[in-house]
Amino acid sequence: MDYMILINSDETMSAPAPGTPGFDEMMGAWMAYNQKLIEGGHWIAAANLQPTATATTVRLAAGAAPIVTDGPYAETKEQLGGFYLVSAADLDEALALATSMPIPHAAVEVRPVAFRPDAA
Amino acid sequence: MPPDDAQAGTEASARTVAREVVDAAVTRVAREGSGRVIALLAHRFGDVDLADEAVHEALITALEVWPAQGVPEKPAAWLFSVARNGAIDRMRRSASARRRILAAAPELHARGFVTPDPALAFDEDTDAGEEQDMIVDPGSVHDEHLRLVLLCCHPALDRDTQVALTLRLVGGLSTPEIAAAFLIPETTLAQRIVRAKRKIRDARIPLSLPADIDERIEAVLTVLYLIFNEAYLSRGTADAVVRVDLAAEAIRVTRVVQSLLPDAAEVQGLLALELFQHSRTWARTDAHGDLVLLEEQDRSSWDRAQIESANEIVAAALVRMDPGPFQVQALIAAHHANARTAAETDWPGIARLYGQLEAMTGSPIVSLNRAVAVAMADGPRAGLDLIDGLDRRDVSGGSPRLGDYHLLHAARGELLLRADEPAAAVLAFERACALARNPAEKRHLERRLREARTR
Repeated sequence: MDYMILINSDETMSAPAPGTPGFDEMMGAWMAYNQKLIEGGHWIAAANLQPTATATTVRLAAGAAPIVTDGPYAETKEQLGGFYLVSAADLDEALALATSMPIPHAAVEVRPVAFRPDAA
Repeated sequence: MPPDDAQAGTEASARTVAREVVDAAVTRVAREGSGRVIALLAHRFGDVDLADEAVHEALITALEVWPAQGVPEKPAAWLFSVARNGAIDRMRRSASARRRILAAAPELHARGFVTPDPALAFDEDTDAGEEQDMIVDPGSVHDEHLRLVLLCCHPALDRDTQVALTLRLVGGLSTPEIAAAFLIPETTLAQRIVRAKRKIRDARIPLSLPADIDERIEAVLTVLYLIFNEAYLSRGTADAVVRVDLAAEAIRVTRVVQSLLPDAAEVQGLLALELFQHSRTWARTDAHGDLVLLEEQDRSSWDRAQIESANEIVAAALVRMDPGPFQVQALIAAHHANARTAAETDWPGIARLYGQLEAMTGSPIVSLNRAVAVAMADGPRAGLDLIDGLDRRDVSGGSPRLGDYHLLHAARGELLLRADEPAAAVLAFERACALARNPAEKRHLERRLREARTR
């Protein structure tokens, strides 16, 4: 079964800057995490997003012209910053993957995938 | 109603099993057998909802056919085989519907728009005889039953849902029974259960033993104690403080869990605590339904058999040398239950236990109870000093503040009366009355307020 793991975190929290030992440590932890997903046969896809300052929202309403606005669709303290799409045996396995993510503070939402048009 | 129904009813009652006998037998098998049957079928078919629906349908069938056929010799085995056949019928229907869809639109399946259904792979040829025998022997479905209990308290389900599922799937209570016990509309509860079963299926919450089983057992204990407390002292709108049936059901489900986790000291602690508290059911309220304080209760009306049983269980728990908050609470309850008179109560011992509990839980409500015990042991001033420190402290996890907790002000009022400060006691009782929500508690506090005013 496939699960979408949505990583929501506070964008204003500072992360280690490139070139610092803290940065290398953080990247190393993420590489190891990705490697674990690949070796465990869980990996489908993943992405890290640019901050919400770069977001543009398009509101669609049947019968009306689309409205394009600057910013994310909702202003919340924690914003979607990235995702993993994984394959797991059941929710417990997916939750274990989410729990072991190397991120200090985040609200990580785990949702089962209903279907993927690209996967038969 | 069909026109000949009344006539058929008279005929039936003349030569068949009486309605009340059948109702009692069906309730009994629902309570004592359905949990194991659901566990076994859920395990077998990998589908909790299917198992639950099939068992409830089988119980309805029992109500229909037992009056004429008689109550079977082994009701649980009957329930298993009827529910199993019902589940197979449902899977067949679902499989053939699925095949029709696939035949009509195979490209949908190829593109993943139709997910594979376990019904398609279902093989019904397995012999059910062996499993029927297992149902009759309570010990043999142990593992499946435990997995079902743990599933009901999975952290991916919210607390209210855990409570509802535990009562329905483990306790064998019907949706209307649970709704009535918790004073919530039946439709609300039914929706909660439907949503939960849908989430279990669609998010694939597994019927497996969790990696951290201790954490899950803690959730089970919390759910069981919530159920018991709901029965013991309702904050709802019903005028009766004690709802005997739910308390008895909570104890029964706790016993089931205890039999599934025989080595868990805290489960024994909880069971003992529930029995100690339940032993005082009839002494806790007077003829008008008003609360009677522990020290004023008629101790001869306490249920000695329950107290003895609780004493044995708590002793067995302590031998395991694995202390926890429920065991400490059971020990505190044991001190009260085993004191022949209120004056004989070992308050210094109780105060020490509350100190241990405070260290374990960090709960300010426990601190409040400790303050009262200290007052009983060392005098009202010692207790009042502790309560004054608590008034401004927040309950952990945010609101509500303990300063808004009616029992803090009630306790302060009692201690101020003992310290011979009636004017301050009146203020404390006024505050407590304003904050109390349970009608019987409110009446009690209003009575104490009037008494304080005349001092």
